[in-house]
Amino acid sequence: MLVDNKKVQELADNMAAEELTGRSLLQDARHRFFKNKMAVVSLMILVSIIIFAFVGPYFAKWSYEEIDWATMGNVAEMGRPSIESGHFFGTDDLGRDLYSRVIQGTQISLTVGFVGSLIAVFVGTLYGATAGYLGGTVDNIMMRTVDILMAIPYMFFLILLLVMFGRSISLIFVGIGLISWLDMSRIVRGQTLSLKNKEFIEAAVASGVAPFNIIRRHIVPNVMGIVVVYATLLVPGMIMTESFISFLGLGVQEPQTSWGALISSGAGRLQYGTYWQLFFPLFFFIATLLSFFFIGDGLRDALDPKDR
Amino acid sequence: MSADKKILLSVKDLKVQFSIKPQGALPWTKPLALKAVDGVSFDLYEGETLGIVGESGCGKSTLARAIIRMIPSSAGQVLWMGNEDLLTMSKSELQEKRKDIQMIFQDPLASLNPRMTIGQIIAEPLKTHYPETSKEDVVDRVKAVMKKVGLLTNQINRYPHEFSGGQCQRIGIARALILEPKLIICDEPVSALDVSIQAQVINLLVDLQKEMGLSLVFIAHDLSVVRHISTRIMVLYLGNVAEVSVANDLYDNPRHPYTQALISAVPIPDPVKERAKKVILLEGDMPSPINPPSGCVFRTRCPLADDLCAIEKPTLKSNEGGHWVSCHHAK
Repeated sequence: MLVDNKKVQELADNMAAEELTGRSLLQDARHRFFKNKMAVVSLMILVSIIIFAFVGPYFAKWSYEEIDWATMGNVAEMGRPSIESGHFFGTDDLGRDLYSRVIQGTQISLTVGFVGSLIAVFVGTLYGATAGYLGGTVDNIMMRTVDILMAIPYMFFLILLLVMFGRSISLIFVGIGLISWLDMSRIVRGQTLSLKNKEFIEAAVASGVAPFNIIRRHIVPNVMGIVVVYATLLVPGMIMTESFISFLGLGVQEPQTSWGALISSGAGRLQYGTYWQLFFPLFFFIATLLSFFFIGDGLRDALDPKDR
Repeated sequence: MSADKKILLSVKDLKVQFSIKPQGALPWTKPLALKAVDGVSFDLYEGETLGIVGESGCGKSTLARAIIRMIPSSAGQVLWMGNEDLLTMSKSELQEKRKDIQMIFQDPLASLNPRMTIGQIIAEPLKTHYPETSKEDVVDRVKAVMKKVGLLTNQINRYPHEFSGGQCQRIGIARALILEPKLIICDEPVSALDVSIQAQVINLLVDLQKEMGLSLVFIAHDLSVVRHISTRIMVLYLGNVAEVSVANDLYDNPRHPYTQALISAVPIPDPVKERAKKVILLEGDMPSPINPPSGCVFRTRCPLADDLCAIEKPTLKSNEGGHWVSCHHAK
């Protein structure tokens, strides 16, 4: 006999005893995401920028607020980017080390972006899913509240806040936190409305699962794909908002800085030949924004293969 | 219909109306009433299967959902075990009753959450009603019920998209069975499956019914499937009961002109008989449930209709054999 029947039977028994682990939709999506080269490269760039923002300070020779008096008055000559002087990215107009300042700006801008979209994800998802699932009057009241908040010109509102209470980074967090979840809640509500009539939700209702558990267990995991994609696209939006406010001269307080503030001052000094003051912050700004866009794009393709 | 059997579920004059606003109506315009289910009554005995048939839009699924209060009813009673009204009881009492009434859905894949493993899906009713059950117990019971419906227990950690339609329907059945209910409402459980899988799923349901003493409400539009599984059959037309009888009696001796037309349309797997068979063709379409015809709802398409049908709505009347029909001209 070619095949030992007993061995085959044993193998079959062993295979039946072994618990198979299924491949979830998330694992499928991860596989698809990592096949997208552009997204993977962007992810690597973004990760290295984040690492740079936290490891970079250990290599700095100057702190972000120290003034190198040697460069005073002759920034275009003495403040050039060079290894010997310790100003790897050159200095700014006052002789402060641009390397340290870019790192400081990166930290602030990334924090603003991440905090803003985290608030959006948490508040927006729960708010939208609740409104969409409960429907009726509750939905009406909740969504009209969102409409009213959206009708406020938020940039004007934020500037007014900063003027009234003074410039501070925490106020920017508050302002961004107040507005960032509005769009998200609308998107999630729309998705919830289409999910609500799916049979698996009906099945949960029929077996008596409480509304909150249905939202938590069935609706939120199923809208997560779109939420994640939107959140990655929201981060650059938040960074831009912060940069715009800092560019206007509001926002973070000196000597702290952010990308917007650095780009603003760099752009203002361009005619004096200190191009590096614009180049370095702008490079990080653009690299981060593009990375986020490509990652968002890759995530969308990965999580929603049908919509390509 | 023997008298010694206990009545499990008794539906009395159940009405479901949806209010529909015409497009572009002003906010104070009175909404139109769509009578999806208009006075349906039936009894379901323990251990039997009631088949519900009727064409699309006649209120089969609405009736099923109204019984378990997934959609609100406007009138009537649904008596559980002869005394408690499911429609008026409090939310917490209803939650208790939900343990005994489970549901199986039409689209097997759509009725399973794509983000959960089938172990989590099947365990959900158990975790909802008995949250104190230990993890090991839950896994044991899920595996036991998976075996019962013919699934391999080692697939407990797989996701719904990794299963075929028939397997997904078995998962749906397992979810309905885990609480060992008394009644399962099957909303067209096989119409999304191909014929060979239909047979498997139906035979599984029949076996489980014998084993566990289940009662089934089986909704379908495939008449031969319904005949195979049902003890009694109810024919619905436009939210009204046309005819109720024991399965074979209804097929061999339909009394309502609508049932006669329905049954004449069932193909016979014998070409000689099939060619000789006379199909009763009904004229026109089903009228709108927003504006149903006066009197008998079937009169607009009925070959026997006369003036009486337009004036008086026929009531459900029984002959000696327990064959109920609502028609003025039924023999």
